[in-house]
Amino acid sequence: MNNTIDFLYLASIIVFVFGLKGLAHPETARRGNLIAAGAMGAAILISIFAPMENGDNNYLWILGGMVVGSVIGLISAKKVAMTKMPEMVSLFNGLGGACAMLIGIVEFKNLDPITPMMSGAVFANLFALFIGSVSFTGSIIAWGKLNGSLRDTLKLPAPQVINLVTLLLIIGGSAWTMMQPELDMTLVFALLALSLFYGVAFVSPIGGGDMPVVISLLNSFTGIGATGAGLIYGNNVMIIGGILVGASGIILTVMMCKAMNRSLINVIIGGLGSGG
Amino acid sequence: MDTNVLFIELFLAQYLPIITILVLASFLGMEIIGKVPTVLHTPLMSGANAISGVVVIGAIILIRNAAADDYLTLGMGFLGICLAMINVVGGFAVTNRMLDMFKKKNK
Repeated sequence: MNNTIDFLYLASIIVFVFGLKGLAHPETARRGNLIAAGAMGAAILISIFAPMENGDNNYLWILGGMVVGSVIGLISAKKVAMTKMPEMVSLFNGLGGACAMLIGIVEFKNLDPITPMMSGAVFANLFALFIGSVSFTGSIIAWGKLNGSLRDTLKLPAPQVINLVTLLLIIGGSAWTMMQPELDMTLVFALLALSLFYGVAFVSPIGGGDMPVVISLLNSFTGIGATGAGLIYGNNVMIIGGILVGASGIILTVMMCKAMNRSLINVIIGGLGSGG
Repeated sequence: MDTNVLFIELFLAQYLPIITILVLASFLGMEIIGKVPTVLHTPLMSGANAISGVVVIGAIILIRNAAADDYLTLGMGFLGICLAMINVVGGFAVTNRMLDMFKKKNK
């Protein structure tokens, strides 16, 4: 039965690839979007009905979440003005990142006590928590900058130094967490707080005009976060779907920079320079 | 020394297949979009953003694995599904609207 499920997941991955490929060409973009949406629907249905060894299924909670989320998503997509599209995409992207973050938190809470800390499972969990949080707060800041409510007022002193120190603290703290004899939730929450802050510190110094590039980069992060969450469950459609978005997102980000006659480093570092 | 070698061998046996998949899928993701015309940058970003909502599957598995009285997990999973579904449904719908506009412009 597990083989059947994995085969069905593989089929939906293939459809995702065709959808993404279609999206990149003017004549097929609309169809590509619908194909990708179909692949998503199929992958969700498979994950809902795949047989599982333990757990109570709790279908009402799943159905409730899906209905509430779909209705909100559909209404906001219909209502948003055409000129407000990029900030809407940023907000959506942040919510996806928040989901990866929530999964990271809860899976730490539910971590099997016999799991060794120095393991792929703990690493994947830390990874999903970090990338999801950065993508969440980073996208919210980008959204705020685009709709004018943040208007570049949020400036940190010496942003390059703060960014580097925060990133080093997160990497060191993650390594430290994995070297402990058992799970220390205080460390996990400290890493969560640092990651949330890093998202803010990363995007804040970058000017509003460069936000589309930043959103594309954060979008790529969310894809990589989905891969991290997929590694927790060993779920192929999450792992591959996420990394497809992660990789194509990076390339798209570079292309967007080129269209503006800038380099990606220039956008990130240059933004940092002007912010300090 | 022996235990170290054993640890590395076990690690590779467990993770080499997944690392292989990750590397190949990254190349696929980079190659697949090829040369995108500038007008398609935003719709492609938006469509890819909707696909990254695939993380909703993690929240679904999280809830399915939970005990029926584990309200903390259920509540967090519920919130996760809501947020990710806004990303998925909103993302695909917004992309569709953008591409609709694009089609009209071309006529």
